[in-house]
Formats: sequence, C-alpha cells, structure tokens
Amino acid sequence: MLVLSGIAIIALGFMLRFNPLLVVLASALVTGLAAGLDPHAIIAAFGKAFNDNRYVTVIYIVLPVIGLLERHGLQERARTVIAGLRGATVGRLLIVYLLFRQVTAALGLTSIAGPAQTVRPLIAPMADAVADLDDPEDERIKAMAAATDNVGLLFGEDIFIAVSSILLMKGILEGFGIDLQPFALSVWAIPTAIAAFLIHSARLLLLDRRLRRERDRPV
Amino acid sequence: MIGLPFIYAIAGATFAAYALINLFDRTNRKRVGSAAFWGLIALSFIAGNRLGDFGNGLLVIALATIAGLGGIGRSGGATTTPEERRSEAVRRGNRLFLPALIIPGAALIGTLAFRHFPTLVDPKQVTLASLTLGVLIALVAMFLWLRPTPLAPYREGRRLMDSIGWAALLPQMLASLGAVFALAGVGKVVGGIAAQAIPSGSLIGAALAYGLGMVLFTMIMGNAFAAFPVMIAAIGVPLLIQGHHGDPAIVAAVGMLTGFCGTMMTPMAANFNLVPAALLDLRDRYGVIRAQAPTALLLLMVNIGLLYYLGFR
Repeated sequence: MLVLSGIAIIALGFMLRFNPLLVVLASALVTGLAAGLDPHAIIAAFGKAFNDNRYVTVIYIVLPVIGLLERHGLQERARTVIAGLRGATVGRLLIVYLLFRQVTAALGLTSIAGPAQTVRPLIAPMADAVADLDDPEDERIKAMAAATDNVGLLFGEDIFIAVSSILLMKGILEGFGIDLQPFALSVWAIPTAIAAFLIHSARLLLLDRRLRRERDRPV
Repeated sequence: MIGLPFIYAIAGATFAAYALINLFDRTNRKRVGSAAFWGLIALSFIAGNRLGDFGNGLLVIALATIAGLGGIGRSGGATTTPEERRSEAVRRGNRLFLPALIIPGAALIGTLAFRHFPTLVDPKQVTLASLTLGVLIALVAMFLWLRPTPLAPYREGRRLMDSIGWAALLPQMLASLGAVFALAGVGKVVGGIAAQAIPSGSLIGAALAYGLGMVLFTMIMGNAFAAFPVMIAAIGVPLLIQGHHGDPAIVAAVGMLTGFCGTMMTPMAANFNLVPAALLDLRDRYGVIRAQAPTALLLLMVNIGLLYYLGFR
C-alpha cells in the first residue's frame, strides 16, 4: 500500500502548483523508499531511465529551423495564402488537416507533422487568418488547431503495426503467455480512429457555425 | 552508420547553443539559470553514457532543482517586427514554404527508404535519423537562401525553447518515474486494490474499471504507456481475458486507445498539451486541454462501448 504514496504526491503536488519536475522527482524518491530501496539505488535507477529515454527530448532540434523561417515571414505567408482561398473555413481547414494527420500517422509517418513542425508555423496562423476574429486576444482557434493535431496523431498512429504502443502491447501480452501479431492489434484501432474523425469533425463544423453566428450578430 | 550517437550529438550541440546564447544575453534576467538548465541537457545528450547511472541521477536532481527554484528565465528575444515579416513574406512569396517542407519531406522519404539501408542508418532509429537529417538539410538550404548570420537560427530557436521552458523535460522525467514505479511494484498493488473493488462476475463493472482506470492512471502518469502495463495486469488479463473470455487483441488495443483519451485531458502529458500551448503563446496554459476535452470524453464513451460490445462475442 505504501508504494502508492508516490501517486498521491503527484496529485497533491500538482494541485499545490509545485514545479512538476520537482514533484516527479519527489514521487520517485518516496515510492522507492516505500518499497525499501536505498536512496542511492533510487537515484541511480532514475538516472539510468532518464539516460535511456533521451530520445523523447530530441524533437527540439527543429526549433532553429522553425524560428528562422518565422523571422523571415513564414506565418504571415501562411495567412496570406489561406486568406486567398475561397470557401475556406476554420472547420473545413482543420478537418482536412485532421484527415491528413490520421492517414499519415496510420502509415507510420508520425513525425512529419506536430506542434513545432506544422501547427505553430502553418496550421494555427492559417486557421487564425480564416477565422478573422475581431478580438486578437481570442485563443480558441489556435487552441483548436493544436487539439486537432493531437486527435489526429493519437487516433491514427495505432493503426500502424510498428508504432511503439503496438510493440509495447505485444511485448506485455507475451509476458502473460498471450501471443498476438501486431496486425491483430492495429486492426482494432480502426473503429476508434473512425469515431475520432467523426466526433472531432462534427465539433469543428459546430465551431464554424458558432463563429458564423458571432459574426452575423449586430454589434 | 547514423544512429543514436549521431542524433544525440546534434541534439547536444543544439541545446549547448541554446545555453550559450542565454549565458551571454543580458536581456534575460535569469541568464545563468537558463544557461545551466539547457547546458545540463546538452551534457546529458553528449556525455550521458559516460556519467554513470548515479551521475545521471544527480544531473536530473540538478535540472529539477533549477526548474523548481524558478531559475529558468526568458530573453527579450530580439527578432524581426511584424511589419518586417509582412513585407518579407510578400517579397519571398510561397518559396518560404519550401524549407518548412524539407523536414516533413525528409521524415517521409527517410522513414520509407532507410529501412532498405540498414548499414547506412540504424534500422531501429529510422524516424529520429530522418528527422535529424531533415533539420540539417533545411538549415543548409536556409543558410544558402536567406543568408542569416551564423547564430540567427539558434537565437530564434532559443526564443521558442525559452517559451517552452521546463515543460520540455517533463515527458522524459515521467518516463523515468515509470521505471521507478515498475521497480517498486506499484502495478501489482493497484491490481490488488482493483480486484477487490470490482463486484465479482460483473463484466460491465470490470470493463468500466479497466477503461476508467486506464484514463485515470494515464492522467496521473501523463502517458498511456505507463498506465497500460498496470491496468492490463490488474484487470485486463485476469478479469477481462481470462475471467470473461474477452478477445485479447480488442481488450489491449481499445484499452490503450482509452488511455489516449486521458492523454488529452492531463497537463502531465506536457508534450501534447503544455508544449503546444507554450509554442502558440496561449495565455491559458490549459487552452489546448479545454479545446480537446469534449472530443476526449465522447471518445472515451465510444471506446468503452466498443470494448463491451465487440470484445466479448
């Protein structure tokens, strides 16, 4: 029972607004101590796992490319292009992006898009330009662009057989003596992927309608 | 061969640039803290394998301490003005998109092609290697075309990195916490509690506990990968697969996707939620979570329904 105190620390630390990095570290220490490990062993175990998981943080090497292009007007160009498209709406633009993200993720191409690679430099400014809101402080559109990227990735990638979550499931089930082919797992990601597309697209169309109504309202 | 050592060397050099630019930037009031934070990450990438397990642990403690004491600052970030950008956007036209497309393009071609060249690129690191090469090609192309000063890309990259701040490191920290949880046997304890809480013989009870448990644990750990081993061992295998003869493929696959619904609703999943909010300069740190929570909740119900109606025929 005592080893669960680490989970309580995460929840509590978050509610009290401590820095999450410190909270995670405290949780690891307490959990380890509760399990009877000595501090040296806990720190070493955490350090080893940290070193093994460095690949998680590699993505930030794209920032110089994105930052430099922004310096030279990439976001402004994205706005101009989309503003020239007739019939473009926030909803339609993001539905096309959602489909693109789901299909490419399902083919294993998870890193061709993302918050740093596509949402900040291209999709968010485009959506913002199409919406053409009166209030520059309005963050709804940008937030929805990032949300759409997440939905597309999370509910597309599991259809690809070699993605890490499929391999994790296969490995863990093997530990219970259940032998499954990756394909059997990835097939069952398809119903949820379709549901995700339908649900999120419907919400995007509703967003369109809400924006239209706000625009038509006499000031 | 291009593998992790090459990729980590590039990452280390990039973070070292972020650190050094901060160190010499007088507009950042916390420049020493910022430089130390990004510098330690650079050290981890470059020399992590030589620091030893305990050394890496101390490095993590130092990183968390700097972040916890509020030691990371932001620069004034000298960049171009909106007017300059607009006029350059007009002048350069759609060619501005080409360098931006190099990274996705390289990731696409590399992921498809490198599998056939196992001597050239480590087959296990195809995606990361393609991404890294894409960044290098894009940088070369931009130096030739836009002729920035040598440091300009890194100054601009540092501007974005500073706006993300400590949240950049949270996913790696949580992955490490998962390793300590596994060592301490947290999963077994949770499983014991869950087994007692579910009314015996109730399929809907077990399916609900499994699905909601995935969501809850994912929200705490920030990652469905950490929740899955716990919940499949606690409820999935003993109750759903063995007890109610559920289809293991459906129980596992839909269970994981149910966890992903939790990913969309927790700030602990920093890379999905906090980092995009920071990158888009949202004042509401939870803006992205708010935008996607309705989708997540509806999808959660769909998933539990799929599990219940398809998993036990």
